[in-house]
Amino acid sequence: MSKKKLTYSLNYRRPKSEYKPSDELMICIRYYHKCEITQKTKIIKKSTGVKCKLKDWNSDWHKSPDRTPIKYTDPQYKKKNKILKDKVKSFDIEELFKTVKNDSFSDYLKSKLPNGPIEKKWTNHKNSINLVSPANKRNIDVIVVGTGLAGGSACSTLAELGYNVKAFCFQDSPRRAHSIAAQGGINAAKNYQGDGDSIYRLFYDTVKGGDYRSREENVYRLAEVSANIIDQCVAQGVPFARDYGGLLDNRSFGGVLVSRTFYAKGQTGQQLLLGAYSAMNRQIARGKIEMYNRHEMLDVVLVDGKARGIITRNLVNGEIERHSAHAVVLATGGYGNVFYLSTNAMGSNVTAAWKAHKRGAYFANPCFTQIHPTCIPVSGDHQSKLTLMSESLRNDGRIWVPKNIKDVESIRNGSLSPTEILEENRDYFLERRYPAFGNLVPRDVASRAAKERCDAGFGVNKTGEAVYLDFASAITRYGKEQALINGLDDSNSEVVEKLGKEIIKKKYGNLFQMYEKIVDQNPYETPMMIYPAVHYTMGGIWVDYNLMTTIPGLYAIGEANFSDHGANRLGASALMQGLADGYFVLPYTIGDYLSDDISTGPIANDTKEFIEAENNAKEKLDHLINNKGSKSVDYFHKKLGKIMWNKCGMARNKKDLESAIKEISELRNDFYKEVKVPGEQNEFNEELAKAGRVADFLELGELFAKDALEREESCGGHFRDEYQTKEGEATRKKEFQFVSAWEYVGEPKNAILHKEKLEYENIEVKERSYK
Amino acid sequence: MMQNFISTSIGKKVAMAISAIFLMVFLLQHFLINITSVFSEDLFNMLSHFMGTNPLVQFVLQPVLIAGVIFHFVMGFYLEIQNRRASKYEYFKERGGANSTWMSRNMIWSGLVILSFLVLHFIDFWFPEMNYKYIEFKPEDPNRYYEELVHKFEDIRRVIFYCISFVLLSLHLLHGFSSSLKSMGANKSYASSVKNLSVIYSVGIPLGFCFIAIFHHFTH
Amino acid sequence: MKLTLKIWRQKNAESRGGIVNYDIDDISPDMSFLEMLDVLNADLISKDEEPVSFDHDCREGICGSCSLFINGQAHGPDRRITTCQLHMRKFKDGDTIFIEPFRAKAFPVIKDLVVDRSAFDRIQQSGGYISVNTSGNTQDANSIPINKDDADTAFDAATCIGCGACVATCKNSSAMLFVGAKVSQYSLLPQGKTEASRRVINMVNQMDLEGFGNCSNTGACEVECPKGISLDNIARMNRELMKASVKK
Repeated sequence: MSKKKLTYSLNYRRPKSEYKPSDELMICIRYYHKCEITQKTKIIKKSTGVKCKLKDWNSDWHKSPDRTPIKYTDPQYKKKNKILKDKVKSFDIEELFKTVKNDSFSDYLKSKLPNGPIEKKWTNHKNSINLVSPANKRNIDVIVVGTGLAGGSACSTLAELGYNVKAFCFQDSPRRAHSIAAQGGINAAKNYQGDGDSIYRLFYDTVKGGDYRSREENVYRLAEVSANIIDQCVAQGVPFARDYGGLLDNRSFGGVLVSRTFYAKGQTGQQLLLGAYSAMNRQIARGKIEMYNRHEMLDVVLVDGKARGIITRNLVNGEIERHSAHAVVLATGGYGNVFYLSTNAMGSNVTAAWKAHKRGAYFANPCFTQIHPTCIPVSGDHQSKLTLMSESLRNDGRIWVPKNIKDVESIRNGSLSPTEILEENRDYFLERRYPAFGNLVPRDVASRAAKERCDAGFGVNKTGEAVYLDFASAITRYGKEQALINGLDDSNSEVVEKLGKEIIKKKYGNLFQMYEKIVDQNPYETPMMIYPAVHYTMGGIWVDYNLMTTIPGLYAIGEANFSDHGANRLGASALMQGLADGYFVLPYTIGDYLSDDISTGPIANDTKEFIEAENNAKEKLDHLINNKGSKSVDYFHKKLGKIMWNKCGMARNKKDLESAIKEISELRNDFYKEVKVPGEQNEFNEELAKAGRVADFLELGELFAKDALEREESCGGHFRDEYQTKEGEATRKKEFQFVSAWEYVGEPKNAILHKEKLEYENIEVKERSYK
Repeated sequence: MMQNFISTSIGKKVAMAISAIFLMVFLLQHFLINITSVFSEDLFNMLSHFMGTNPLVQFVLQPVLIAGVIFHFVMGFYLEIQNRRASKYEYFKERGGANSTWMSRNMIWSGLVILSFLVLHFIDFWFPEMNYKYIEFKPEDPNRYYEELVHKFEDIRRVIFYCISFVLLSLHLLHGFSSSLKSMGANKSYASSVKNLSVIYSVGIPLGFCFIAIFHHFTH
Repeated sequence: MKLTLKIWRQKNAESRGGIVNYDIDDISPDMSFLEMLDVLNADLISKDEEPVSFDHDCREGICGSCSLFINGQAHGPDRRITTCQLHMRKFKDGDTIFIEPFRAKAFPVIKDLVVDRSAFDRIQQSGGYISVNTSGNTQDANSIPINKDDADTAFDAATCIGCGACVATCKNSSAMLFVGAKVSQYSLLPQGKTEASRRVINMVNQMDLEGFGNCSNTGACEVECPKGISLDNIARMNRELMKASVKK
């Protein structure tokens, strides 16, 4: 951060010409902040509390010998000038960064939103942006980092259009990206069921589900292209579930009133990813995509302020490589692993996104994290990973804990089985608190309610961090129904139970089996135990309508960006967003930027910027390898996870967040002093890869806490203890209806906040209630 | 394009299956003729005489059969070598029995035993037969076959070796029968519906051959 | 639980490897197999030894990264699961466990238990796709009705996670179950029929080029497949290839 001199200015609130000489205006101190990395200058103003009339203002004050801005015509000019001078002397830039936050909405976030009515915006935009001709596309290279749904689909469409694509993934094959683990389905406003679904309704549900913290235009576009995704995937051979008529089947999902979710059993993510992977394969075979497996991105390279390449490490032999291109696309997923335990894959990391952030891409809403209510509880300290059970289980399962603390204790010491607890001694807390939606409240609400019960001491496993998900009443209900259909005795409980279990098995068989394998309990006989776990991060790199970050030529798509889900994501929307960005949005919008590059020619990768970035990356790795501390990488990751979960988890408060910032910062210092990475740099070394990732998590965690601290409201996945109603519901605040985009300036806790105001013209902002 | 097809791994596998099916048909025919020796010397002699003198059998079917046998063996060895090359690293611990049958994993060994049996069989029957008919040009005697057959089974050692070979043939067939169908593209459900037939064939025919050998050993 | 581990260690692709013994203590039966290896690695790091490398990512049985040959079986003694879903309760106190990488000529070892399965990618690239334009202007999804049974069978074939257990367990190191599953998925769907001949010929040729062995229908692959992909897919591929060869 460079300090530029401070200047005085008048705080005009209307165009200058509208003022009369006798009008009185506030005098401000201006600070010109120039970001070293992006080379952008930002003006920060601070009021001095001193006013003067326009006629007394010396606009050439810096030329006057004593550099005083108020002319002697002002009766109090001496006194005022003195105050101003003192203000400048005591001006503390660090302090200013802390206080500027609520001053104004940033001019540096140009969202490039198109004009016109919302349903025309995307079409108009496509019609008006610049395109690159097919002949010129051949001369343009694009780097795509990450090959999940967003990255894989983007690679294949960009290559299809004619660009030369270089794709990178850290796994051994693009098919292993974590999109593959998505279970439930993908939303699309097809209205095949004729239940009144429409683009507008999908748009509305998504914005409402996101607690009015997402950008209206992006969400509408998402809903608009959603139908295309299904067409595209079917054409690619994705085997979606069908009914006996041969047409596509739909199911319903939490928080909405229509059936718009397309699915392929419990493996929708897998099927969609393999679809994108097959499209990629076709382009790899054509030579349009160059695939780099087992490569990890270590840095993004900026030339003249534009993203022109990346530095990678070949994970097989440790070689550091430079790759250049005309634009770089990050499709590197979310950062849920900052919590150590999450449903993310072991390798999921924030490194690429964080390195981009350090180079000048703003990071938006880092604190918006989705905690999924139905995961298998932690079984011990050795746990490395949490397993999600599909949200669809809540359609038939009832969530409860015992009413009496005595019963809880007996369950924990094994003297009582949950099935022995009488109906009147059970607390179906979701049904009690939210009679209208019951067990089907959105994810954030369900998670918080479970935590509330466990915190009150009603958790039912050894560690007190689990609630029951009980299928007994569903089994009875389905059993009775089947008994009637088959003309059997519906008062015979054995028959009913048998028939009911069959139905449950048909619907959830694979999930029940998975549960049994992990927990070693039969969920048909005894209720499942579940507990919330970190699952998805709505926050991410800030992007404009074109999906470009604040670094020109650097794009972010899929979970890696922040744009579509606001403060909470609805079920089955992640797959939709990844594919929409990759197949249908980015390949068009990127042309607008690349149209300037048609005659640039190949980007050299031996320039000083590349060499500097490469050396930088090497130094960091060398430092980690040579550190020879005493503690393993996992030790720090686990510790970070504990801080995050306890202090930035499902419910947050000022005190905890402040201490989290401190603790994480200390842990980071400790990490660099004490970490031990075995092996060498120039070989297959998983510990080294992990160390690099954890180093970045240790910075992100701090920004996360900072963001949560600054957002003084509760909304969606972000819940602050201080901002709740008497009944314990979230209190949203109108003044926080903005996107927080953070600019990196050094320590994460000193990041500068830029706000993008969110306007809702097509939706009425309402209180989200599920009672 | 047939040439390309044969050069693929699947083409070879199909060729293997076709030759196997052909050999199984031959084996059935062979068995049906031989079993007559148990109850009717005349019928056996008549059938053998027909097979031994009919020019269509002698100059068309016989060469095809020999080619089929050689092809099946050569291809079997070739594929085995190729497969060993593809799986050249061995595990320290491998539990093949956990997921497949002994027969299916040891076709090469059962095949080798059958090959050695065939060598003996040729020495026993086929070479003398060829010598009799085409080298020494002895006059055809329609009643000589039964005597020759009985004569061969006088030695108990030969009978035992025959029986052992037929046990291995049975094991070979227990996998080979359904495997050849699968190679030809039959679904599992189809293969399992002919499973009983496969077991009857694979156990019944070798058992029958053993019976013939033992029968003649003890009745003469 | 106390265990003796016999693990394949190999510095890199060029060096010769061998089995190394490790004793490990305090293993809880609730741990997953990979968590047990995590414990071993933490122990090795604290003793300044190099941890054991193994492939793993999602740890919920879907990404197909994990790939161990445990006590003589691909993905260990349990059925219909991947290594990451295997739990230590399947073993007894005092057991000796062999842990080896997936073996095949087409799967060279990169380090320790990590193998290179990119041959699978190359087979997919040779034809494992439907040639549609991905930029969007396709017909409405419901304009191609598909018989539910065909759709379900195609789905069952499509659930392959590409882990390579079929190759590892096959005595011939044959990849036919993997290739057969992909060929089947597309040949069962009307969208995939147009280029079915070209696809099956190219994929089979690539499979042979990669050095996989031949199928002798032992059926071991089907038993060890974590997703239970049926042997019928190989039969279907055989039919498809015969059909394609006749047509050509």
